[in-house]
Amino acid sequence: MKRPYFLLHLLKDLRLEWRSRDAINAMLFFALLVVVIFSLAFDPTRSVARQISGPVLCVAILFAAVSALNQAWARELRHAVLDAQRMTPAPASSLFLGKVLANFLFVSVIELILAPLFTIFYNLHPLGNAWLLLVAVPLGTWAILINGTFFAALSIRSRNRELLLPLILFPIFMPALLGMVLAISAVLSGETDPMLWIKMLAGYDVIFTTISLLMFEIVLHAED
Amino acid sequence: MTKAFRWLWFAATAAVLANGFRIAMYVVPEDVNQGEISRILYYHVPSWSGMGTFFALNLLCSVAYLAFRNSRSALADKADALAVASAEMGVVYCLIGMVTGSLWGRAAWGIWWTWDARLTTTLVLWLIYVAYLLLRRFTGGAQMKTLSAVMAIFGFADVPIVYMSTRWWRTQHPAPVFFGGPNSGLDPSMLPALFWNLAGWLMWGVFVVSLRYSAERRHQRAEQQAAAAALEAA
Repeated sequence: MKRPYFLLHLLKDLRLEWRSRDAINAMLFFALLVVVIFSLAFDPTRSVARQISGPVLCVAILFAAVSALNQAWARELRHAVLDAQRMTPAPASSLFLGKVLANFLFVSVIELILAPLFTIFYNLHPLGNAWLLLVAVPLGTWAILINGTFFAALSIRSRNRELLLPLILFPIFMPALLGMVLAISAVLSGETDPMLWIKMLAGYDVIFTTISLLMFEIVLHAED
Repeated sequence: MTKAFRWLWFAATAAVLANGFRIAMYVVPEDVNQGEISRILYYHVPSWSGMGTFFALNLLCSVAYLAFRNSRSALADKADALAVASAEMGVVYCLIGMVTGSLWGRAAWGIWWTWDARLTTTLVLWLIYVAYLLLRRFTGGAQMKTLSAVMAIFGFADVPIVYMSTRWWRTQHPAPVFFGGPNSGLDPSMLPALFWNLAGWLMWGVFVVSLRYSAERRHQRAEQQAAAAALEAA
């Protein structure tokens, strides 16, 4: 049976990453550094820890993802692989979807490693329904990666792409950041209901996944 | 011909703005509760409507560019020139709106800025369009037009989400300083000042956009000529 194109792209990206493990190592160390830097800057004593740990986690993931996303497409530029991709009969959206799924898996691995570290560093025990974190965090991560992968492809041919990606990703990502931070904080503090924010994140993800999949072909063929 | 029309338009704009200033400052009564500071409204509201108009125009032109870029490239180039001109104008209006709002806030609330839903949305909107302009600056050639048109659609799609999210954010944590802004209705005696300034500032925006548009068109033509010259030399 023929496997769908996006699965082939995903497997190729996973195999590439497995051989080098560049992106995961870099992201993991970068996220760890951001967490330590924020901890030193804010001095997380017990009472504030619950308030700032959610935001710190989100920002750490965001920065780590951006640092790796720049490399995600640069890898395809070597040996004109991207030009070859453009000529294949596979739809452009499947190339994009495979890349997003691969990056999503990488960042999820980072989150799984960071979560226990976080609990230790910030001495956390969630007061709300902790299982909801398993919904809120992946939804927020998907929001970063669907837009991040898209804008990384968009900025790949600009003069200074490493600089451009955060500049165009952060403004668009802001509502999702708000949703992610507030959902996590609501679960950790147990004071408010995170469902509103989880629904908002889901809506954001649906909207931007749709737009990205529809428009990726235009971006891929922008030079023609 | 175009030049004469543009000068006429400029003169008409200046006249309407001058009359708008006269009515706003000397004719209409001051606000009962707020006093003289309420007159800044006549500059604050026009900048928002100008911003809305030009950002919507930017979206329209971006979609038009994407639709026509392969079939009718001359029309697409015009749409792109209008898109950049209107985006820049929208950013300027947005900035004016935030500055006038901030001045009013200092007098009425005692603070320059608050993270209220509407203010936050505006700030994010401004950031999105500055990012759009930066993208135009950092990329070059024909792909820049396509990429920035895509970015414009993303930005516009983001605006309602930003607004809803900041509104929910602030209803959960109400800001104590924000109670019924100037939007709780305007006395009919103040309306002429608003209308004159709305018309005047919109005309001013159209004037600046037309200048920026023709500058961008000239830039596009120069690029095409340079490309053609390079082809001939080769």
